[in-house]
Amino acid sequence: MTPARIVERAASLGINIMAVCDHNTVENVEVTANIAKKKGIRVIAGIEINSSEEVHILGLFENMADALSMQAIVYENLPGENDEDAFGMQVLVNESEEVLGFNNRLLIGATNLSVNRIVELIHGFSGLAVASHIDREGFGIIGQLGFIPEGIEFDALEISYRTGRAKAQEMFGPYSHIPWVTSSDAHSLDDIGRSTTWFVMEHSTFEEMRLALKGTEGRKVIF
Amino acid sequence: MKLQEIIDSLSLKVETPSADLNREVNGAYVSDMMSDVMGNAKDGFLWITIQVHLNIIAVASLKNLSGIILVNSRVPAEDTLKKAMEENIPIMTTPLSAFDLVGRLYSLGLRCR
Repeated sequence: MTPARIVERAASLGINIMAVCDHNTVENVEVTANIAKKKGIRVIAGIEINSSEEVHILGLFENMADALSMQAIVYENLPGENDEDAFGMQVLVNESEEVLGFNNRLLIGATNLSVNRIVELIHGFSGLAVASHIDREGFGIIGQLGFIPEGIEFDALEISYRTGRAKAQEMFGPYSHIPWVTSSDAHSLDDIGRSTTWFVMEHSTFEEMRLALKGTEGRKVIF
Repeated sequence: MKLQEIIDSLSLKVETPSADLNREVNGAYVSDMMSDVMGNAKDGFLWITIQVHLNIIAVASLKNLSGIILVNSRVPAEDTLKKAMEENIPIMTTPLSAFDLVGRLYSLGLRCR
């Protein structure tokens, strides 16, 4: 799953906007965004943070600077070193798929940051906080914490590709007041595009996405 | 078996001084996933976990658990402790692992009713 191949695959599927959300890092986002731009695809800088309670939260940011600021805090709070035999190599590549280096942190690990703190931090950087795959027992907020804690303002809840809209409505009806999105949660090239969300908005910008999630003035999200 | 008995026998540290430690313990459940505890723990059980998030109190209240033991020297979050005292849910801590703690509970004769 190199940046070049990810973009190629997305382009072949007619995808316009794609958030790249690696576990606990954003180091391959910029390269992906640069390649994608040439193909007319907007890449949103994202990160999937693993909380201390082992809940996955997506942070989506308007620009690389904000994403990098979030990454810095994640790194400060992420103990451990990667074990390449157990978890594979964590490669950094350029547009030509040349290896620039390796990330030695334990990206698969959990940070010391609570879910509450993570959402607070994401919002502090004007990002969007999405509860990842709430329909998934492992690493989903409802599986891990029993219910969505009071006082956390998620911008959206993600229903994974595993669960259709109707079933999700049955399971999570009480959470309908929070916008729902779905995504491919792609961990391989074939996964890309297996589940998508439509954003109805004026322009293809981050601000418009924020408005679409809120359902402001005609903009909306369709899943 | 009374909670106070267990606290004394296993030298558990009580984090919630005002909570009722005289209650009857009907068994125990070990899990770090709250949805799992909500599904499987029973009335009067002790809950053994490393989860310190505020939600553990709501789950303990919901299932009428006799208390929560945090293992591996985990420290309850500030707001968790506050809520525990409000809801009268005893929280105890121990440096033992879940395995060691549960082994000792079992040796004390605790069984699930």
